[in-house]
Amino acid sequence: MIIQLNGEKKGVSATTIAELVTELKLESRMLAVECNLEVVAKSAYETTFLKEDDRIEIVHMIGGG
Amino acid sequence: MSNDILKVGTYEFKSRLIVGSGKYKDFETTKLATEAADAEMITVAVRRVNITEADKENLLDYIDPKKYTILPNTAGCFNAEDAIRTLRLAREAGGWDLVKLEVLGDTQTLYPNVVETIKAAEVLVKEGFQVMVYTNDDPIVATRLEEIGCVAVMPLGNPIGSGRGLANPFNIRVIKERANVPIVVDAGIGTASDAAKSLELGADAVLINTAIAEAKDECLMAEAMRDAVHAGRKAYLAGRMPKRAFASASSPTEGYIWD
Repeated sequence: MIIQLNGEKKGVSATTIAELVTELKLESRMLAVECNLEVVAKSAYETTFLKEDDRIEIVHMIGGG
Repeated sequence: MSNDILKVGTYEFKSRLIVGSGKYKDFETTKLATEAADAEMITVAVRRVNITEADKENLLDYIDPKKYTILPNTAGCFNAEDAIRTLRLAREAGGWDLVKLEVLGDTQTLYPNVVETIKAAEVLVKEGFQVMVYTNDDPIVATRLEEIGCVAVMPLGNPIGSGRGLANPFNIRVIKERANVPIVVDAGIGTASDAAKSLELGADAVLINTAIAEAKDECLMAEAMRDAVHAGRKAYLAGRMPKRAFASASSPTEGYIWD
């Protein structure tokens, strides 16, 4: 299905946030996921199902002041 | 001095030098300069993961969250909504509740947008965040932010990245005198004397990024800032002499050989 991932359209085979994180090879990273403006708790990754056109943001920490 | 602890919300620190992690030439230098600064708290930005470079090195591979208190910030946010979203995500990413709120007004000055900052602070405090808040050097706004429940107020010395030192030292003093939470001079510090001066005025800590990251020798400047913060803090605690209009002889004015 096609989702909006970090501001860009992307076709993914994942059906949940957990599968999406694995598909993107981000499992080991300290990150956070937002689905349609709501933060997704890590404990809910497996039970949060993706839908067509979902707006997903995946963020991490970078250098800044 | 060994029991001179900085208390910010429920957190305690020995170091009064908070560092940023931006603008460094590489992660290794970030790590070494942070160590040289003897910092215990380091602020980080929150940004989208680059999906196509998922295996690339990350800041937190070098800055160990078990060793340092990570202070997620909202740098680059220009309204309350974006700042709130950003910090909710940061809290989920690392479980961090101590955060640096900064909502900017425009890209040229990077001055804080105080109206949006206050809006965001009200929401974040209600949601249980311990908010360290970047603001201008206005004592009225500083008091308002404290009333909202921010755990530290961080007035600017001068615009972010300008390195111009303290534009309005008197206001830093006034803000400190009225405050019941730690006051952190954030932004504008250019060199060690600016940091020392901030602490001498009574600031409880300083937050420094560009002055260290853009120094020719980052680690040496980090050490200079560390030493300046120590010196300034000691001078503040010691209590400085009064300033006088005229001279006051240091040697006794009696027992001269010609008397």
